Amino acid sequence: MYSALKEFHKILLLGSGALKIGEAGEFDYSGSQAIKALKEENKFVVLINPNIATVQTDRELADKVYLLPVSPYFVEKVIEKERPDAIMLSFGGQTALNCGLELAKSGVLKKYSVTVLGTPIDSINKTEDRELFVKELNKIKVRTPKSIAVKSIDAGVKAAREVGYPVILRAGFTLGGLGSGFAGNEKELKKALKEAFSYSPQVLIEEDLRGWKEIEYEVVRDEADNCITVCNMENFDPLGVHTGESIVISPSQTLSNMEYHTLRDIAIKTIRHFRILGECNIQFALNPRSLTDDGEFDYRVIEVNARLSRSSALASKVTGYPLAYIAAKLALGYKLTELQNSITKRTYSCFEPALDYVALKIPRWDLQKFPGADEQIGSKMKSVGEVMAIGRSFPEVLQKAIRMLQVGKFGLVLNKSRTETIDEDIVTPSPRRLFAISRALRKGYEVDEIYRMSKIDRWFLYQIALIDGFRKEKVDINSLSYEFLKKAKQLGYSDKQIGILVGTDEDEIRKKRKELGVLPVFKQIDTLAAEYPAETNYLYSTYHGEFSDIQETPSRDEKKIMILGSGPYKIGSSVEFDWCCVTTAKYLRKLGYKVIMVNYNPETVSTDYDICDKLYFEELSLERVLDIYEFEKPLGVIISMGGQIPNNLALKLHQSNVWILGTSPHSIDKCEDRNKFSTILDKLEIDQPEWQELSDIKRAKKFARQIGYPVLIRPSYVLSGTAMKVCHDEKSLEDYIKNNAHISEEYPVVISKFEEGAKEIEIDGVAQNGELVIYAISEHVENAGVHSGDATLVIPPQKLYFETVHQIKKITKAIVRELKITGPFNIQFLAKDNRVKVIECNLRASRSFPFVSKATGYNFIEFAVKAILGMDIKGDYKTLDLDHIVVKAPQFSFSRLSGADPILGVEMASTGEVACFGNDLEEAFLKSLLSTGFRLPRKNLLLTLGDIEDKIEFLESARKLQEMGYRIFATTNTHKVLRDNGIRAKHVYKINEKKSPNILNMLERKEFDLVINTQSLKHPHKSERDGFIIRRKAIDYNIPLINNIKIAVLFVNSLYKYSKDQLEIRSVDEYL
Amino acid sequence: MNSVKKSYLHLSGGKTFSGYSFGKYTDSEGEVVFTTGMTGYPESLTDPSYRGQILVFTYPLIGNYGIPFFGKDENSFQIQDGFESGRIQVSGVIISDYSYRYSHFDAYQSLDEWLRDNDVPGIYGVDTRELTKVLRTKGVMPGKISTSAEPEGEFKDPNLRNLVSEVSVTQPLVYPLKKKNAKRVLLIDCGVKNNIIRNFLKRNIEVIRVPWDYDPCKSEFDFDGIFVSNGPGDPKMCKATITNLRNSFNMNKPIFGICLGSQIMALAAGADTYKLKFGHRSQNQPCIETEGRCYITSQNHGYAVDKNTLPDEWEEWFINNNDGSNEGIKHRYRPYFAVQFHPESSPGPNDTSWLFDKFAGTL
Repeated sequence: MYSALKEFHKILLLGSGALKIGEAGEFDYSGSQAIKALKEENKFVVLINPNIATVQTDRELADKVYLLPVSPYFVEKVIEKERPDAIMLSFGGQTALNCGLELAKSGVLKKYSVTVLGTPIDSINKTEDRELFVKELNKIKVRTPKSIAVKSIDAGVKAAREVGYPVILRAGFTLGGLGSGFAGNEKELKKALKEAFSYSPQVLIEEDLRGWKEIEYEVVRDEADNCITVCNMENFDPLGVHTGESIVISPSQTLSNMEYHTLRDIAIKTIRHFRILGECNIQFALNPRSLTDDGEFDYRVIEVNARLSRSSALASKVTGYPLAYIAAKLALGYKLTELQNSITKRTYSCFEPALDYVALKIPRWDLQKFPGADEQIGSKMKSVGEVMAIGRSFPEVLQKAIRMLQVGKFGLVLNKSRTETIDEDIVTPSPRRLFAISRALRKGYEVDEIYRMSKIDRWFLYQIALIDGFRKEKVDINSLSYEFLKKAKQLGYSDKQIGILVGTDEDEIRKKRKELGVLPVFKQIDTLAAEYPAETNYLYSTYHGEFSDIQETPSRDEKKIMILGSGPYKIGSSVEFDWCCVTTAKYLRKLGYKVIMVNYNPETVSTDYDICDKLYFEELSLERVLDIYEFEKPLGVIISMGGQIPNNLALKLHQSNVWILGTSPHSIDKCEDRNKFSTILDKLEIDQPEWQELSDIKRAKKFARQIGYPVLIRPSYVLSGTAMKVCHDEKSLEDYIKNNAHISEEYPVVISKFEEGAKEIEIDGVAQNGELVIYAISEHVENAGVHSGDATLVIPPQKLYFETVHQIKKITKAIVRELKITGPFNIQFLAKDNRVKVIECNLRASRSFPFVSKATGYNFIEFAVKAILGMDIKGDYKTLDLDHIVVKAPQFSFSRLSGADPILGVEMASTGEVACFGNDLEEAFLKSLLSTGFRLPRKNLLLTLGDIEDKIEFLESARKLQEMGYRIFATTNTHKVLRDNGIRAKHVYKINEKKSPNILNMLERKEFDLVINTQSLKHPHKSERDGFIIRRKAIDYNIPLINNIKIAVLFVNSLYKYSKDQLEIRSVDEYL
Repeated sequence: MNSVKKSYLHLSGGKTFSGYSFGKYTDSEGEVVFTTGMTGYPESLTDPSYRGQILVFTYPLIGNYGIPFFGKDENSFQIQDGFESGRIQVSGVIISDYSYRYSHFDAYQSLDEWLRDNDVPGIYGVDTRELTKVLRTKGVMPGKISTSAEPEGEFKDPNLRNLVSEVSVTQPLVYPLKKKNAKRVLLIDCGVKNNIIRNFLKRNIEVIRVPWDYDPCKSEFDFDGIFVSNGPGDPKMCKATITNLRNSFNMNKPIFGICLGSQIMALAAGADTYKLKFGHRSQNQPCIETEGRCYITSQNHGYAVDKNTLPDEWEEWFINNNDGSNEGIKHRYRPYFAVQFHPESSPGPNDTSWLFDKFAGTL
């Protein structure tokens, strides 16, 4: 009965590589879904993706996994070796799509007879190339924004007449929007053009669509030309803010039937025209006055993405419709009418989900992690993650989503911090806009006024006003009524917020609420608004309802375990914790347990209802976790897999009579509390860097002098926006305290000795009842001082003394025993001259768990699960003596963060990671580096090294570079050292030397293939500005940058030892 | 905010749901049905097929974009933009979250004001998902909207009434076109939606709208084809329409039917219809054309054609991809065809508007 499936047996799937801004965890979800769909059809799946922390690179998913760069060169090599029949390009984001386009263009696909499954290459080209795109849409009379490129003022004037005033001017090829502007008439235009041409030779004259609504449809089409829109979404922020940066609600809220369906018709017409096969999205701009005076429908098509995207992952989670899975099946030739609806298991996939709830997405930004980074949001993506809240009213989902961000907010209102620059924050989009609107309402601004400033549709503003209006109600704890609490909860207020409102704490409110019977209900997401019963348990909570769709569990269920997920992706917590949670769920189910997952990040695999028995797409707050726990009555909760968010809940949950599985919450507390942990180390006679908590500047300075600079300083309680820093002298200590920390009794700072030139080593392990069961030691390439999340990790360690390893094991065993660890843990060490100090200990799975698991071939999560369940896992596990080397390298997204300084420091800055196998350190390192998008230099290198130690350390490498025929350019001091040591280099002047040849000009002309720049630690102030400009320009002009001396040396060694074609093409299986 | 008054929905099956009153604060009764469409509340509430019914919206946020200017027009002279007939047809509205404040350039008043003006009660704050599940499992049933917490009096099944006679025009009505020699269609009004008329006029087909019991064989008008409209209730109540249509088969003119019109055509052909447990009221129903594509359709019906009873010269044309129920029939040799879904949509997707072209082509 099914369509004849195409005869493809071996299929190559391209992943998206490391997580970066604009391309994140959503592609692990889509790739994993695709693999699942293909394996159901017994296809042999070969995956290329160097992102070791993903679920899709697990050995049990694809048949062969290559941890190699997703680049034309390496993909061709894999094709040459594997000879696949077909390739899929649409599941690995823009990275995979671009790579595929290049392979098609260069004839590689044809040469090896590899068929592209899904949307044809020709269609992809037409959607990617702006000019072709507009041309195609003109053919079918679909409107696109008018835009004309001009090179003279006269041409500009003519263009503006054609486009129609007002117009937007965009100067091409400039940074930070220089030369862009807006003109309402010819006079204004001429003035603006003159300015724009001083920055750029080309200016785009575009029609002004500011304030228009932004609407998106997810469209699916099959070979039989069946075409459906799975869901639509409306941006809270009007046009001008990238959809990845916008608050987005699904379904659309302010569109009439005519508007909704006219856009839908255009979407389908467009997608049919492009002959998309599978999934894509289409973005529209819609005039808020959608009918012109002539009765014409006033819209523009902004773009079409002919692949799975961030939005499609979101849409899948919004609706329960598995877009990636379906797209993979359609690529094989199935029709929508033949594929079962995976939620109802009785209807089919050729339908458009009906929602009986709303879903709201808010992006998560981490801009405060990057001093200097521009906070304004706009057409470029800057967010690092997102959250999604499901509920049955706008206020309910808005407040839920704000809390889900985990940025210290209790909801929209009643927060500690408040914005003071209301007008500015409403007019200019930034992460503060939402809060500025709420505060403006409180200050008496009218909705119309806020609308004029922001052009955010009034409906959203009215809804925000509902939340804000409620807090005016005056009540005290004794007069709390059922009606009051119910209304508060329906408006999304948390117990904590209500507590603040009535002057009591969260626990009191919870008690009162339960007394009065104000409880959330749990509803199912079923794709058909209850028209058909659902077979899966994809759940959310709401206070807009009286009944739950599922039964409350009457008594404790010993075979049911709850896992707390990792929340939003952010700097420091991303796909690796999702892998830990998903893997935990897998093993628990294998062992016969029913798994309840709680998480709310739409980009993840853990929020796929397939991987657990019940998925609660819900807040990871004490309140909501208790609600679910009390309703489900599981055996216990696993909090050690989702990173810091669940870890922070451990003690509070324990105090609320929740059974925490694994290591005791008291032990966790002992590790988290700096004083307690320090006492334990002292007791065990384990060395640690000297530290003290200090509450006044005088004592801070005294302590710093006593231990000696450099020192590491950080706030004792992490306040948003306050980072830690290394201070090399008293002045920088003073500056830090003055600028960042409001040092006081209430908010002390912690100062510790910063060890220079020390190695950093990590141990990841699993213990049971205080006995170490399995462990892996990895070594940082960079010296201590680089955050472990930004460090390059090597396993097994290459440069450790036997004695150091011995000490590390001894210390680990002592800590494990003392804290009676059962489950996963991670300890970080400093080693210098065979002396080992402990710097941190986490009684949970760490960022490096997927790395060590896949590198050693032992799944550490499987061990952890068994340890937690009390199963016997004793044995002898070989993790130190491996026949291969695996190197993990960080991925940075500095190009997205204009103004941020691309340096490595004690604060984490990377957004993702990759890891590659090799026969030795150099091979594995080079593959990893290439996997982060690094391009090998061809000829010209710029060397500008900070301290004399760096210059000397690099001499040997410089010699090798010279031998290999590279041309070295060096700044004054570096140049001198090189010359004195007989190495030829060309002298270039620093920016502040204002002489030619000057670095700045050469950077701007892209005369270097590589920049190696290290900061001076000795004199950090001296060259700060020059160094910053060099690094920043390198990023802005897309020139590869190395900013650490150890990495620079390792890089040159690797380059000396291996050329690209000497790097072995081997799958993970072939190493293990 | 307005003062809140409690209001109740009592189901004949014994359950009561409570919420807060909006629209007119009054009692009402009807068959309680649910729609899963996410947009188009002004269109749905004026759809004559909902006559005699209390409509539950499963989509929780209703009222967001207000209501366009509405001129009450019991005689159906106008084809007003944004509405499907000249009055609110439902007996009551049940929703979860009501937006008192609305935002849309085309809005004239709020849903609340509109319901008040037209004496229709609504309840918000109802657990509409739970209510829908009751209707799904127990089937649609009579219910009462009441200002009192206890149900009073008997529950009446509106399907025992001739609902069609309540919504049909009583006198023929011609919608003239300026174009000369336009084709003309005789539209048998069983509760026709405005958008069906719009679809004909848009294709330069003149519409002669006649009452539900009008006999085409005795028509005083010249016409090129017959159209049998959608409408409320049990098709078997339309005895006159069925008999008239059976006779019209001899006129050799193309006949097209939609929804109730499809059921009437089936009954006229000699087939049977039956009541669905909870009907199809949604905008996402997949219908497969036999040997053709799948279309996403808008639907609103509580009865269906039993395809096993179709006479030999008739065949099944469309099938519901979800439950296999009949979605359209056609005569094997003559231009008689009908669909169970709504190609005119409004609200809902426009994927099957080509059916009007198909009909126009036969005229």
